[in-house]
Amino acid sequence: MTLYDLALGPFAEFGFMRRALVGCLALALGCGPIGTFLVIRRMSLMGDALSHAVLPGAALGFIFGGLSLPAMSLGGVGAGLTVALLSGLVTRLTPLREDASFAAFYLISLALGVLLVSTHGSNVDLLHLLFGSILAIDDATLILIGAIATLSLLSLAVLYRPLVVECFDPGFLRTVGGLGGLVHTVFLALVVVNLVAAFQALGTLMAVGLMMLPAAAARFWVRELWALSAVSSALALASGFLGLLLSYHLDLPSGPSIVLVAGLAYFASVLFGPRDSLRALYLSRQQPAA
Amino acid sequence: MSGSPDSAVVLHDVTLAYDGHPAVHHLSGAFARGSLTAIVGPNGSGKSTLMKGMVGLLRPAGGRIRPAGLNGGIAYLPQHAEIERRFPISVNQTVMLGHWRRIGWARAATRELRGRAHRALAAVGLEGFERRPIDTLSAGQFQRVLFARLIVQDAELILLDEPLAAVDWRTSEDLLRLIVSWHRQGRTVAAVLHDLDQVRAYFPQTLLLARECVAWGPTREVLMPQNLRRARHMSEAWSGEAAHHRPGPGPRRAGFSACPNPLPASGESEGPA
Repeated sequence: MTLYDLALGPFAEFGFMRRALVGCLALALGCGPIGTFLVIRRMSLMGDALSHAVLPGAALGFIFGGLSLPAMSLGGVGAGLTVALLSGLVTRLTPLREDASFAAFYLISLALGVLLVSTHGSNVDLLHLLFGSILAIDDATLILIGAIATLSLLSLAVLYRPLVVECFDPGFLRTVGGLGGLVHTVFLALVVVNLVAAFQALGTLMAVGLMMLPAAAARFWVRELWALSAVSSALALASGFLGLLLSYHLDLPSGPSIVLVAGLAYFASVLFGPRDSLRALYLSRQQPAA
Repeated sequence: MSGSPDSAVVLHDVTLAYDGHPAVHHLSGAFARGSLTAIVGPNGSGKSTLMKGMVGLLRPAGGRIRPAGLNGGIAYLPQHAEIERRFPISVNQTVMLGHWRRIGWARAATRELRGRAHRALAAVGLEGFERRPIDTLSAGQFQRVLFARLIVQDAELILLDEPLAAVDWRTSEDLLRLIVSWHRQGRTVAAVLHDLDQVRAYFPQTLLLARECVAWGPTREVLMPQNLRRARHMSEAWSGEAAHHRPGPGPRRAGFSACPNPLPASGESEGPA
């Protein structure tokens, strides 16, 4: 088996593999920077919570529209935004910390979603919603994912400066009237739509994987914010590429394969990355930096 | 009734509550334009709360806080800045944030604005640190960076909440010198401080706060032993109350003399002077 057969053949031969790869590319472009901001804002768990929050909405869409793209996407976005809003409200009105209120809402939504799908659909439908089906992406889904990636990158370009300040020093942004609350809300909305995009490919349980793992790994390679975003996107794309190949050659489910490759990249970064990795901290440095 | 045009901030019978508990009671007075005032008082005496009220982060539960028309707004350095110290941002970028009101979301950072940031860094003794990531700085160096950002903000009113709390002797000397230089430039500066020697050495005006105003005026007169004793006495009263919190604003106050009010008395003066 040549390298061509191993790495490029499957994509050249099968349209569904090509579409899956393009889907991964679009997802990687949007999820890289969004995931980077989530990690930097210490909101990784919130990303996780929001990804599960998408499920009951998608399930409602499924009940009313079947496996239809617009119905499930709209439902997912609606549910995700609702959970973001409600948990923000609980945090603001009570002393409960934001991560705890997000965790509460995500457990509730996950249970509700599974209940909705199980009572109205088959186990196959449930598996589809939970784990996605990137190999079954059609053109409409591809356009949706691409549109969401485009929207995300454009919004981030506009929001970049206030978002950076809101992450770095929210108190300062408040005193100079920088609309930090608005920026935070728009950012959460971007997280939700990106999760809905990823949900089409990877399902609710795996959607956040392509967002968080590369962003967490990038931290061990570069320092600057733009570089973190770029490395996250690159790692996400590489994970998509290798994960798809793995799932093709070894006949594994594609969503988990992609996320596991991203997980491997994460472990490799923790161990061997040039910045703050275990190797950099404990092995190669003879004299500690002054 | 209305504050004189010589006041940068006028407080009219201001009551501020923090987390539902009243922390500053019926404070009246004014920060004169161009004044340099130290705000001192025991822990929990409402100093930080007063700062937040003046910046506008906290709405008064009673009374009015009226900042006069101030050029360049208010520059405020909070006590525990919610700053993410590990954020991947450089010293220069942090200082450039001081230009926020001029550059906002999308306007370009011109050469002139960059020049001002550069000079501000030189003024705080951090020339050459421009490209350093902030997570490599010591606490003192980082405080200098925040002071450089204050310089860049170029505000007429500068409020500092314990600016010298976590810095070494040399840094605090340098920063105090900067504060005094702002005063010389005609800016209005108020700073929460703990070290009374520093207050006596550098601050012409002092507000001694113990939830209520104990004394407000020239530092030498305010920091008299009897005033300090009274502030301590009042703080013991409320630490005792802490067990069954929410002290009523009314009854206890009558026993103390009201603030020697630098304003022409604003209608209701409380208690005998």
